[in-house]
Amino acid sequence: MADTAVVAQTHEIGDDPHAHAVHHATNTGISNTKLAMWLFLASECLLFGGLISTYLLYRNPLPGEGPGPHEIFDIPFTSVSSFVLLMSSLTMVLAVSAIERGDHQRLRIWLAATALLGGVFISGQVYEFTAFYREGMGYTTSRFSSAFYTLTGFHGVHVTIGILMLLSLLFMSLRGNLPENKSETVEIVGLYWHFVDVVWIVIFAVVYLIP
Amino acid sequence: MVDVLALPSGEQTRTEQPLGVFTRPKPKAGWRSWITTVDHKKVGIMYGASALLFFLVGGVEALLIRMQLWAPRQHLLSADTYNQVFTMHGTTMVFLVIMPIGAAFANYLIPLQIGARDVAFPRLNAFSFWCFLFGGIFLNTSWLLGGGADGGWFMYAPNNGVLYSPSHGIDFWVLGLLITGIASLVSSVNLITTVLNMRAPGMSLMKMPIFTWMALVTQFLLLFALPVITVALFLLLFDRLFDSNFFDVANGASPLLWQHLFWIFGHPEVYLMILPSFGLISEILPVFSRKPIFGYSFVVFSGVAIGFMGFGVWAHHMFVSGIGPVSVTVFSLTTMFIAVPTGVKILNWTATMVRGKLRFDTPLLFSIGLITMFTIGGLSGVSHSIAPSDTQQTDTYYIVAHFHYVLFGGAFFGFMGGFYYYWPKVFGYMLDERLGKWNFWTLMLGFNLTFGPMHILGLQGMSRRYYTYDAGYGFDFWNKLATIGAFVIALSVLLFFVNIIYSWQQSKNRPPVTDDPWDARTLEWITPNPTPEWNFDPIPTVTRVDEFWHRKYAETADHRLVKIADASEVVQHSDGKGVHLPSPSYWPIVLAFGIPIIAYGLLFSLWLCLLGALIVVTAIFGWAFEPPDDPEAAHGDEPGPDGEHEEATESAAEGEREVASVG
Repeated sequence: MADTAVVAQTHEIGDDPHAHAVHHATNTGISNTKLAMWLFLASECLLFGGLISTYLLYRNPLPGEGPGPHEIFDIPFTSVSSFVLLMSSLTMVLAVSAIERGDHQRLRIWLAATALLGGVFISGQVYEFTAFYREGMGYTTSRFSSAFYTLTGFHGVHVTIGILMLLSLLFMSLRGNLPENKSETVEIVGLYWHFVDVVWIVIFAVVYLIP
Repeated sequence: MVDVLALPSGEQTRTEQPLGVFTRPKPKAGWRSWITTVDHKKVGIMYGASALLFFLVGGVEALLIRMQLWAPRQHLLSADTYNQVFTMHGTTMVFLVIMPIGAAFANYLIPLQIGARDVAFPRLNAFSFWCFLFGGIFLNTSWLLGGGADGGWFMYAPNNGVLYSPSHGIDFWVLGLLITGIASLVSSVNLITTVLNMRAPGMSLMKMPIFTWMALVTQFLLLFALPVITVALFLLLFDRLFDSNFFDVANGASPLLWQHLFWIFGHPEVYLMILPSFGLISEILPVFSRKPIFGYSFVVFSGVAIGFMGFGVWAHHMFVSGIGPVSVTVFSLTTMFIAVPTGVKILNWTATMVRGKLRFDTPLLFSIGLITMFTIGGLSGVSHSIAPSDTQQTDTYYIVAHFHYVLFGGAFFGFMGGFYYYWPKVFGYMLDERLGKWNFWTLMLGFNLTFGPMHILGLQGMSRRYYTYDAGYGFDFWNKLATIGAFVIALSVLLFFVNIIYSWQQSKNRPPVTDDPWDARTLEWITPNPTPEWNFDPIPTVTRVDEFWHRKYAETADHRLVKIADASEVVQHSDGKGVHLPSPSYWPIVLAFGIPIIAYGLLFSLWLCLLGALIVVTAIFGWAFEPPDDPEAAHGDEPGPDGEHEEATESAAEGEREVASVG
């Protein structure tokens, strides 16, 4: 039972039976849960790859079938909400660094801030969708509208799931169930969050900015 | 004993009560132990058993097709029913038979071959299985709820739209494949993590048994191919349910989008169906030739090469779609190139057998069956890479012959070899050799009788998927032959099931299977037969690919083989006391159960969606807050006859939780 001390520091959630025993007991030195998240994100790249390709194929509606991308996008508005989402990556980093220092008060603040910024972004998306709908672009209006709503909608769902994970972490932390030795959990949620942000950068550039 | 899986007491972090509804399941036997199990071996067995059941369903569909085509102008099936039957036959065989049998072997063997006690995420593993099973059942319930999907297994646009297929069949197909897709994605993440992270001491990547290598490549193919079909399926689902415009040609959609998305998934899919079989026979051939595999690194790297190149050939399924001469040329070339790594493998297997001491037991027969049948299928495959020739063959029975030679003659023969070879390891008794040989020869005969004539039918111009044909085209004879062959295959499959039951009954009167029935080579055989719950005790240290073999045999200075230890001395016979294993859980099956309910809801009533979502969300949170394993339960801690021990541990555990939640 010489490992007891080590165990207390490396305990993680997840199903990893090895992680209880020895720090870095894995062959790669990366914990199972973190490696699994990396693999999942690699797979997600192709999901968004497929959706973005579909959008690029259908980015121009047939003539007479509702507005096209550059008649309808409000670039300044979306730039602001993109900036908000980018800033949430910063607060996410701060949250990870807070729990690694054992600063639980700051952890809660930054987790809440990240979730809030994510929420602002989602609200912006809801507002944007509503505005587009009022301007006559419904989901079924044209091939462009279907592709646009599907791509950005998928991203929105990913952000929403991220927010739920952040709120769960916040809840755990408030209940006292998120000690320093679980900091990797926060880090892994962070990985997901940064990935979703990076995907948005690509979507923002490809969908909104490239004429 | 300091053990990697042993959880020392005194840990501070376990504060959360498992979510109220369920107490931690404890059963070790009976049906409850199966539905709550997280043991990779039980999960593997359940994968195999379910896949064989679906194999019977798909087989009946195949027989219906062949009976309909027995003679010209038959009306056993209507054209519409025929469409549904061949679509569901293809879908079932690909997604519910070949892929899950691969998953069954991967689940069972990977941890054993790398010297691990379980996969990286045992509960996720159980979830993968239940998700696959419920997805498969969901897909097949379409028969009872308005008819099956009818667009062919690749479901081309715009035929897959509501306009051309107004029943719910294709909706079931889309949702069913999405659900089984979740299963495959989760299991690919799980198994890759397992292989990369959990190998025994000394087992570098290049000391892994070849089956594990091929399974690893398979999982990477799944990881990167599945999201692409997920996109395609979602787009089709939105088209059908919400009237979006992805495949609606009238609104400027391109039907080619479906073809590209489907085949970017579909071609890697072909390789991820065959690679597990390649892995299996790479285990079988050296054992029955009493020689190490010829060119281990070539076999490994050609497998990896197939994995990479598998993503660069998809448009050879689309030579007649008008994709343009440049694309056709490029994909012709890549298709010719991908034959190279496969050829390398054929060479390696053959060279493994050359000058080996061959023992023609059933597993070897099926392996040789794979090599020969797959070579025929591979050659007809290369003939498709020549675009002008392919233009003539597209959508004829020549194609049907080709892919049955690679998937049935290739993948399935390999799996049959795997069944015979690993049966004693998994179930602790041998399958009967005499019945096994009958099984092999009838399958070989039936298979060639069914699919051999299809080459000729195809070259004569008989189109696939037509529900009947006219007399006078010269199709009659070959079709009759194929139908007879199909029933010979059915007989052979029956023999296999008879063998399972017969050998099981015989085994009761015989001594238990020996430790090393085949004189095997790789690490999984260091565990006794059948594999105990804890796999290894202790975890072995690995120095060679053929670790087990090298513990039994050594070479003298003049390269003569000498036996240095009997298998019974090498095989671990410990009682596994104190080994800590992941605890069973109800949540995987609950979570997987919620998902098809959502899918039914999308088709019939949004209230069902709500119910399903509620189950899913509850299960996710119940799961997340349930500790992955019960710190108090180690193997050998089962209560004695008086049950005192259990009470003691339970109260201790409760006490600890209380202390922790106060802290």
